[in-house]
Amino acid sequence: MYNAGTYDVIVVGAGHAGCEAVLAAARMGCKTLLITLNLDSIALMPCNPAIGGTAKGHLVREVDALGGQMGINIDKTYIQSRMLNTAKGPAVHSLRAQADKKKYQFTMKHTLELEENVTIKEDEVVELDVKENKIVGLKTRNGAYYECKAAVITTGTYLRSRIIIGEVNYSGGPNGLFPANELSKSLLDLGVALRRFKTGTPARINRRTIDFSKMVIQPGDEVVTPFSFMSDNIEREQIPCYLTYTTEETKKIIQENMHRSPLYTGVIEGIGPRYCPSIEDKVMRFPDKEKHQIFVEPEGEDTEEMYIQGMSSSLPEDVQIKMYRSMIGLENCEISRTAYAIEYDCIDPTQLDRSLELKKIQGLFFAGQINGSSGYEEAAAQGIIAGINAALKCKNKEPFILDRSDAYIGVLIDDLVTKGTNEPYRMMTSRSEYRLLLRQDNADARLTPRGYEIGLVTEERYKRYLEKRETIEKEIERMKTTRVSPTEEVLAFLEKNNSAEIKSGITLYELIKRPELGYFILAEIDKERKPLRREICEAVEIEIKYEGYIEKQLQQVRQFKKMEERKIPKDLDYNEINGLRLEAKQKLSQIKPDNIGQASRISGVSPADISVLLIHLEQLRRKKGE
Amino acid sequence: MIIDDTIAAISTAIGEGGIGIVRMTGEDSLNILNKVFRSYKNKDTMNMKSYTLRYGHIVNPETDEIIDEVIVSYMKAPNTYTREDVVEINCHGGMVAVKRILATLLNNGARLAEPGEFTKRAFLNGRIDLSQAEAVIDLIRAKTDESMKIALEQTKGKLSTKIKHLMDKLLKMLAHIEAAVDFPEDDIEDVVSKSVINDGKEIVTEIEGLIKNAETGKLLREGLNTAIVGKPNVGKSSLLNALLEEARAIVTDIPGTTRDVIEEYINIKGIPVKIVDTAGIRKTEDLVEKIGVEKSKEYIDIADLIIFMLDGSRELDNEDKEIIKMLENKRVIVVINKSDLPMVIDMDYIKNNLINHPIIYTSVNTEEGVEQIEDKIVELFFKGDVTVKDVYITNVRHKDILTKALESINKGIETLSSGFPIDCASIDLKDAYLKLGEITGDTVADDIIDKIFTEFCIGK
Repeated sequence: MYNAGTYDVIVVGAGHAGCEAVLAAARMGCKTLLITLNLDSIALMPCNPAIGGTAKGHLVREVDALGGQMGINIDKTYIQSRMLNTAKGPAVHSLRAQADKKKYQFTMKHTLELEENVTIKEDEVVELDVKENKIVGLKTRNGAYYECKAAVITTGTYLRSRIIIGEVNYSGGPNGLFPANELSKSLLDLGVALRRFKTGTPARINRRTIDFSKMVIQPGDEVVTPFSFMSDNIEREQIPCYLTYTTEETKKIIQENMHRSPLYTGVIEGIGPRYCPSIEDKVMRFPDKEKHQIFVEPEGEDTEEMYIQGMSSSLPEDVQIKMYRSMIGLENCEISRTAYAIEYDCIDPTQLDRSLELKKIQGLFFAGQINGSSGYEEAAAQGIIAGINAALKCKNKEPFILDRSDAYIGVLIDDLVTKGTNEPYRMMTSRSEYRLLLRQDNADARLTPRGYEIGLVTEERYKRYLEKRETIEKEIERMKTTRVSPTEEVLAFLEKNNSAEIKSGITLYELIKRPELGYFILAEIDKERKPLRREICEAVEIEIKYEGYIEKQLQQVRQFKKMEERKIPKDLDYNEINGLRLEAKQKLSQIKPDNIGQASRISGVSPADISVLLIHLEQLRRKKGE
Repeated sequence: MIIDDTIAAISTAIGEGGIGIVRMTGEDSLNILNKVFRSYKNKDTMNMKSYTLRYGHIVNPETDEIIDEVIVSYMKAPNTYTREDVVEINCHGGMVAVKRILATLLNNGARLAEPGEFTKRAFLNGRIDLSQAEAVIDLIRAKTDESMKIALEQTKGKLSTKIKHLMDKLLKMLAHIEAAVDFPEDDIEDVVSKSVINDGKEIVTEIEGLIKNAETGKLLREGLNTAIVGKPNVGKSSLLNALLEEARAIVTDIPGTTRDVIEEYINIKGIPVKIVDTAGIRKTEDLVEKIGVEKSKEYIDIADLIIFMLDGSRELDNEDKEIIKMLENKRVIVVINKSDLPMVIDMDYIKNNLINHPIIYTSVNTEEGVEQIEDKIVELFFKGDVTVKDVYITNVRHKDILTKALESINKGIETLSSGFPIDCASIDLKDAYLKLGEITGDTVADDIIDKIFTEFCIGK
């Protein structure tokens, strides 16, 4: 063991959480070290080759608005892009891009290498050094001891991970990488409660062995919307995905071989995610479904490997071969990588504060899949918050907390640390109470000023945001003040669009609010309109059209904030409060909520308990004043 | 949970004679009053000075129908009981006026106060002394436990079955919408606005039915509909009190104190009983009381069971005999009260005219015989001699919740009908779902997500 130097922040693991954490801390001026098992697996996408999707796309936008990297990185390396849900309301429009996996990784790696204040080491962290409930350093397999003020643990699915393929199972990380077998013990020694989760990935298949003529082609959008608020024109040639189906034969093969599934033999102990079931799960749970849809997606530009989305499995390899070959267009397919399930250690996230710091150990932060979440985007979202808070910790500043009304990131973290999770947690728009406010189009308006305040958002980004905001507001104002009269042209326009005729002058603003009209359609009769960027036009339309709903949600947020503003001291002894039920005492003591709002979201804490708590806090406040 | 919105409650003891008071606190108090109050000389309510009174009417602002003649007072924060704006509405006593006024306030932006909430606010806003904090906590706990007990009883009832059925429907709709929104590429049948509108309308009809039941004002709660009848001052209110084990109806020795009909929901050995204390049934010149008498006759007509009370220490008079006539073909328990006093009543007449009806001797003041009445009710119920009529909702809280849930669903339907996307409407439907859950008390936020995964095969 030798002393290898001192850092402000050390990040353990370089997946999507680790990358954002290390960049955030470094960009906020901390001397930062990134330690990872394998440099070639930085920003690895071990499962689907895509970034974004419903709610996940929102998270990427939010990470970007705060000054994170994921959005910029995917804009540079995407091979197909689609805005999903465009037929539905603006709150659920969701961006999703297919990535060139290798380019995504190496672009991120290069960004890290070029970043000032970042040092990267290939090594394995085996032990955390904690003194007086504070992290002071950590030890690596190579015999190095690094001192630090704060550490962020982002081990993903690597902790004591096991790969399971039918009857075969062995100690191993994702994608043929090594697991991290030592750190779990160190965490247990520190009194951190661990649990076991499971996830899985489908097989990869050589493109040349697929008959695409039997499948439905899925092209990208004609006009590509970038993820990053900093990207302008990112148009490039896109690579299509394909849609195909399982058959009756697939179902039969699975049913006949279920006895060989580790789910049934009891080899798998971990809890898997419901939204990401294996194909055998789907067949068993919905036996009446004749076929399941399967997407075939490219893994990148410079590879023939295709990802078979929807076919995750832990059945034995020989069964998998039969099963995949029973699908339409895959009759002659060659599997290059076998589907597997992976089990790993993660922590119970209710041990964390909303800053993602472990309650009982100062300076020790956790982010990503180790917190019981799943998904690259969920990991990145936690990573940036943990990185920011590790940096703030070093500077002795108050933690940076996003609440449920600020961002999906806030919903994600609040859910994890307040309610916990009993399966790998995936973000969904239905988890957010204020969906119409937390749109992907306004992530910058919500978060860029906040990121600027803490020194993560650059001047350039901030200025760009201010300009955009000003343009939107000016244009909305112009809509409010521009009137059209019932001229022949206007009446003809209205009739053409099946819109009620007008008798006297009306503002464009009022016309936009009509369901059959909108900002874009009105261009025809809006003579003074100057060309504006598409994202600005969209923002103008949304903010006018949905004004009523937005206002309603803003009112709800005002009520919500009142509860969030009632702080609870961290050292409050709940056992001493008369009138709290036993269950409430236990739950509150465990979660130690920051405020009354958070307390009210803990399961097992009733409204009457909250009333009692409010009165107790008022008692304390007055006694203090005396 | 909300801590500083505007709340309202009936603040006089339920059923108390002369006047009733409905009280409201919170920053919207005057605004809400302005919507529902018409002052005698059309003075602007918004200009009301603190600590002044005004005379006028509470009206339903939608129909302009007069609800009651009232005197209102306004007290501006911070010199009030809660340190927030307070409005008090003094109206006629009895159940009907206060309940209708409260309902009007709730329909116009107030929320029904939770148990002990006025006192809680008074404390949180520094109005009540620190030494009383424990007492406030006890109050909240006790009142909450009590209302939880009631809620628990109701979850066993038909009402809760109906509400749960509505919630299931809503949950199914929501899960479908949310699944389609969150998993656009999964194999889920698209949700069509039209079908959501249709399903929504079905739910609207059902909720409207429940609300109408509450509004008809005839039978107010679910349970065995039992009426206590008898001429004034035979001890009807005392019997009700004894059954309730706490004073709800005012009891005096002046005939005719109970001018209106009092209804209470009680649980007699596991059987839900809605018990009605009618005003004294007698010929009267007193106009107010006459209404009460008419209502009592109505109650005899619709009751499942009648408890007919007589004063054993008085001679039978024409009034008693007239009531006896009304009881023909009815299921009746005859109660001869005041058995602690010398008996003068003509029992033969009673036995000859109320053939085959059980007779129980009581002294309600000493609670003697009350248990026998309870046993008799139970016996009749289990023998199938009396049966419970349909589901009715009455509780102001339930009606408030139903009305607000209805509003949300209607809003959702309106949203869809005017061409807004389905996920906007789902916000309204979710509101309605959460509201209804307050009745059954079992709303879990993760319901929708759980439902998505059980109903749909989702997964990449």
